Amino acid sequence: MNILILGAGRVGESVAESLVSENNNITVVDTDPSRLQDLQARLDLKVIVGNAIQPSVLDQAGAADADMLIACAASDETNLVACKVAHERFNLPTTIARVRSPEFIENDPLTSRATGFAVDHVVCPEQIVTSYIEKLIAFPEALQVLAFAGGMLNLIAVRAIEGSPLVKHRLGEIPGLVPNCELRVVAIFRNEKALMTLDGNSTIEHGDEVFVLAAAKDIHDVLIAMHNPSDPVRRLVIAGGGNVGLRLARSIASDHRLKIIEPRKTRCDYLASQLPTRVLVLHGDASDARLLEEERIGDTDMFLALTNDDETNIMSALLAKQMGAAKVLAIVNRKAYADLVQGTQIDIALSPAHTAIGSFLTYVRRGNVVAVHSLRRGTAEALEGIVLGDRKSSPMAHRRVDQIKLPRGASIGAIVRDTKPDPAPERTEETASNHPQILMAHHDTVIEPGDHVVIFVCNKKDIHQVEKLFQVEAGYL
Amino acid sequence: MKLALPTVWPKSALLTVLGGVLVLFSMTLLIPLTFALIFGEATTTLFLQSMAVCASCGLLLIALFRGSQREMLPRDGFMLVVLVWGVLPAFGGLPLMLHIDGLSFTDAYFESVSGLTTTGATVIEGLDHLPISINVWRHFMVLLGGMGILVLTVAILPILGVGGSQIYKAETPGPMKEDKLTPRISETARGLWLVYFGISLACWLSYFLAGMSWWDAFMHMCSTMGLGGFSAYDASFAHFDSPTIELVAIFFMSLAGVNFGLYFVAWRSRSLKSLWTDLEARSYFVLVFASVMAVTLFLYLHEVYDDPLTALRFAAFNVVSIATTTGFASTDYAQWPLFVPVYMLLLCGIATCAGSTGGGIKMVRLLLILKQSRNELIRIVHPRAVVPVKLGRSVISPGILQSVLGFLVVYLLAICLGTLVLLFTGLDAVTSFTAVIASINNTGPGLGDVGPSGNYKGLSDVQTWVCTILMLLGRLELMSVLVLFVPHFWRH
Repeated sequence: MNILILGAGRVGESVAESLVSENNNITVVDTDPSRLQDLQARLDLKVIVGNAIQPSVLDQAGAADADMLIACAASDETNLVACKVAHERFNLPTTIARVRSPEFIENDPLTSRATGFAVDHVVCPEQIVTSYIEKLIAFPEALQVLAFAGGMLNLIAVRAIEGSPLVKHRLGEIPGLVPNCELRVVAIFRNEKALMTLDGNSTIEHGDEVFVLAAAKDIHDVLIAMHNPSDPVRRLVIAGGGNVGLRLARSIASDHRLKIIEPRKTRCDYLASQLPTRVLVLHGDASDARLLEEERIGDTDMFLALTNDDETNIMSALLAKQMGAAKVLAIVNRKAYADLVQGTQIDIALSPAHTAIGSFLTYVRRGNVVAVHSLRRGTAEALEGIVLGDRKSSPMAHRRVDQIKLPRGASIGAIVRDTKPDPAPERTEETASNHPQILMAHHDTVIEPGDHVVIFVCNKKDIHQVEKLFQVEAGYL
Repeated sequence: MKLALPTVWPKSALLTVLGGVLVLFSMTLLIPLTFALIFGEATTTLFLQSMAVCASCGLLLIALFRGSQREMLPRDGFMLVVLVWGVLPAFGGLPLMLHIDGLSFTDAYFESVSGLTTTGATVIEGLDHLPISINVWRHFMVLLGGMGILVLTVAILPILGVGGSQIYKAETPGPMKEDKLTPRISETARGLWLVYFGISLACWLSYFLAGMSWWDAFMHMCSTMGLGGFSAYDASFAHFDSPTIELVAIFFMSLAGVNFGLYFVAWRSRSLKSLWTDLEARSYFVLVFASVMAVTLFLYLHEVYDDPLTALRFAAFNVVSIATTTGFASTDYAQWPLFVPVYMLLLCGIATCAGSTGGGIKMVRLLLILKQSRNELIRIVHPRAVVPVKLGRSVISPGILQSVLGFLVVYLLAICLGTLVLLFTGLDAVTSFTAVIASINNTGPGLGDVGPSGNYKGLSDVQTWVCTILMLLGRLELMSVLVLFVPHFWRH
């Protein structure tokens, strides 16, 4: 696919990196030549220096032949205008814009092709990171909780801890050990390597990173089956009142006790004016031990280092942990740092650019793929697709799970049948008859057309093979 | 099986790629083999033997180093380019050695390097009596070397993502190789080879229509498009003595001296505009045309030829041939007044464009140096002037200018040193100097003993090796090779 990426910032860079590795033709446009030079030296792509809202620059970048435009420059204005220009001048088939402002949403006249900015898909990495962190606050035992099928089904990553009910047991024994919740283990990573064959005889060991699919209502049960139960998070300290910090504070302020530490005075004033009064805004440096002590960091359930600066985040998180914060999370952009802090005192290191990649990938994936989550720094991926067609035209329809050819390390996790588009999460609790139903995949489960199927892929290089499963081909045998 | 070598390279995919290149190279021997079969020549077995040797060496390398998958770094790219260009001529010379009794390894290697670097200097006498298939192989190496065997490899084998561009950059001539024609390097390489292939087909057909036999047309097409200068006849183009054939040759030599990227752009945008708007190509055309006119006038005024049209015919063919670093001759131009042959040798160092199949320092470097010099003068008059060097509409960064100046210095040093070494071995001054110029610019004929009527057979082994090394240095534009001799390159 010919893909045009505007903006070589953190988001643009990781999107480009991820897409180049899948043999796409990538052209990156940015105004900063030195950033582009670095990118070109590292990846097999073409770079164009210029302002991407100018038709001549877009033309030079090959907009006329492009299949997709991903506008992820720093400013909403640039991204929106670039999509509009690309549509008006080059009639570009798919446009995706990174838009921070919550007021521009998909399927709105403002973003439509006919009357608006011609943005087909709106992605807001800050919002994705915020909801990611929210999930971790709600489920402090998890490493990651990702939603499929509009939130009904969840992929949970958890570190197995000795002494919890499922550890040291075979997968085949799980139904007997946790009878009230249905779950399916889709992958186990032991010492950073995936176990290639998972069957009833595979065991869960202490320290394994286990990926489990479960219904939304069962998340908590799944977590305590493999990890020590921890107290719910009530008291939080956020270091850094930037974009993510403010968003997060807004959405969790009502049922948590929250303090935000921000070094810039003017920003503090702004934060205080924007947030409810029960949130305490502190003007100061998050790596100032005295400040942390005064604010009784030892009593906090979770410390979140969300500034723009990797070093500050890592240091303040380490400091907070040492001073007694129960759990610490740091935003770490640089890959080298992220590997470095893996397994240290920092419980969770989070890369925003990487977290957001899945939502871009969703639109790049062929076939009827509706959700993609990139995992383990892009080496693995979980995707949800809709099976269409019949036995003739689709490789999955009307087939038993064990009849479907999958690459090694890939597994079909669960099936959501009769899903309505975007069911509200609260409705999933009801038990009305025509409501979507989650089926955990067993070897004899038969997939029907219209099913949403969630597949976990351990090796990213197999992704094209998996994409093909969701494609309807005219002459498929 | 895994070998434990302590150096940097076996860890990368370097030697595996070298193996792949060798296998690919062995496939190209199918072309002369086909000719041998068509003409029923006895060379069939020796081509098969050469193929077998080359392919098995390649497969052995692949088998030994298959497991190593580290991404290629820039330094691996240079290493690979030098390895490939050092090793391939040995295999390329194999059929020549097997066929011609008494041809030493030195001479076979020289001939093969001369072909692959598109120089066109030869140590073989009696070309007219060689089997057609052997001659075809000599010429076909020119065609391969012209666009670059590694660029072909990048185009055909799915090489290692960004590793492909490292290789591409190390093999393609020119100071600015960051501009990609397409997002992916393998497609750029494929596009260039397709354009090259297309123009070559047109050239083949034109020669055939102009009166050559189809096999002569094929061989001279290879030599013309690669800007090599090998001919199937000792007398070169004088053998045909046909103005039509010379006209065809002039046309296609001129075409091959232009950056092939421009043809690619022209083909994609369906417009020839880029050929004229590109400053480098335009300067090249203007310089070559003006030189032809000047030489014609000079020859006519000095009464070398009585008839202005005859003067134009010989001036046009020989000047274009030498300026584009081809090296065909339609007459012994060394007999012309000294100004002309020396001027022609000067041209061969500067005329052709970066990204063409020609040699020399390339027109774009000359332009940059001239513009830089002009700016220095402007700065003397207006000390506060801000005068960036521009090429077309884009500003050239000081880094590129520095590398161009550095390149020029090393290039001149190499010429001086080469000449000194040849003088030391006892060669006369004119032959030494012009042999060095003709080798490093990948032109072929010099003056004196190595002039258009002579060849490189008279050189001693040491002298032959000096010329061989200069040819390789010239083709790979010096820096790609010399970087291997910097201690930093080998340090971890």
